[in-house]
Amino acid sequence: MKIDKAYHDVGGDDFGPVPIDDGSYQLWERRVDAMMRLLSSPAVGLMRVDELRRGIETLGEATYNAEPYYGKWARSLAKIMIEKGVLSQADLDAKIAELRAERGLTP
Amino acid sequence: MSHAHSHDHHHDHDHDHAPIEAEDTSSSDTAILADALRMVLIEKGIFTAAEVQDQLTLMEGRSDRNGAAMIARAWVDADYRDALLADGAAAAQALGYDTKGTPLIVLENTAKVHNVVVCTLCSCYPVTLLGPSPEWYKSKAYRGRVVRDPRSVLREFGTEIGPDREVRVHDSTADMRYMIMPKRPKDSAGMTEEALAGLITRNGLIGVAEL
Amino acid sequence: MQAIFGPGDRVQVMDLEAEQGLTGHMRAPVYCRGKTGEIERFCGAFGNPETLAYGGDGTPAQPLYRVRFKQADVWPGYAGAANDCIEIEVYQHWLKAG
Repeated sequence: MKIDKAYHDVGGDDFGPVPIDDGSYQLWERRVDAMMRLLSSPAVGLMRVDELRRGIETLGEATYNAEPYYGKWARSLAKIMIEKGVLSQADLDAKIAELRAERGLTP
Repeated sequence: MSHAHSHDHHHDHDHDHAPIEAEDTSSSDTAILADALRMVLIEKGIFTAAEVQDQLTLMEGRSDRNGAAMIARAWVDADYRDALLADGAAAAQALGYDTKGTPLIVLENTAKVHNVVVCTLCSCYPVTLLGPSPEWYKSKAYRGRVVRDPRSVLREFGTEIGPDREVRVHDSTADMRYMIMPKRPKDSAGMTEEALAGLITRNGLIGVAEL
Repeated sequence: MQAIFGPGDRVQVMDLEAEQGLTGHMRAPVYCRGKTGEIERFCGAFGNPETLAYGGDGTPAQPLYRVRFKQADVWPGYAGAANDCIEIEVYQHWLKAG
């Protein structure tokens, strides 16, 4: 059986020269890292690194390519937390609407 | 570059009385999603804002200077060197760096072998010892090509490995994390451990550079 | 699970996706599947990510090995030196004697 290679499995592919840039993280991105550490801590125990990875691998290729590193993490965390019933999509949507209003963005 | 603009001031001066939930005005959909997720989880009591802040503080202690200190110690202390190569995580712990149960394999560069690390499937990296991974390490370009054409990727980093040395790529696919022990510079005899640590670069610890 | 391979053993990486229809999260990159190398070391037994990724308990824990491949055996027409190698962590259930 011939299988299609998953989009995250890039070993051997040629995407051109390496963009040698260290980058830096904004506050929201560092907080995503913090969230993952807390959710995967023994005290909370709601996330595993394998679940984080699986969430990233099921975002779809367009999202995977478009999102920055911690953007992928944030979307994976949201997906897994909803899947586990820790929060609902409605909880998240309501908070997003609230933040957009606070930040003067269109709904 | 990811620095689209720079601030001509910084916020460290008021760090002591900064609010725990500092204002974040990021407007991208993903930033808002991330902030919303965090706030809902806090409201539901999964963790607290103070715990998030504590994690940000801990993050500042994760730096390539930790890995550099381990390698510098190994260069001056043969027993530590042996311990480091036998069990990297235990040797990290001995210097006060806790890898939280994640095994660490330290690979020694020699006159015969040059080692370089990648994670082709995601971005596995010993953050405790090397700090946050650089953007390029997570790029599809690095992950894709370094396994298949390591010598030309190394050349892009200014690192030329002679044909008489084996290039050994390590794909960090599962439960191990990797750090490279670079070759000690020839002109470093008699230097203090601290001065030696100053010679050790993060890229040297990943294996894309020599010292 | 008992570790059945030791350092120096020749092993081949199976393709559980193509051969057995495995789907979902898995940690054996496609580029090493079907390739033959040798066990560099046994790393210990670890929870199976194929179930851990879905909230499962990862049992039975799988022996994990670092497998060393000659680059020339992995990539046809490899451009580097003849003795260049690549090492990859592979769980035991993806390996057969090679």
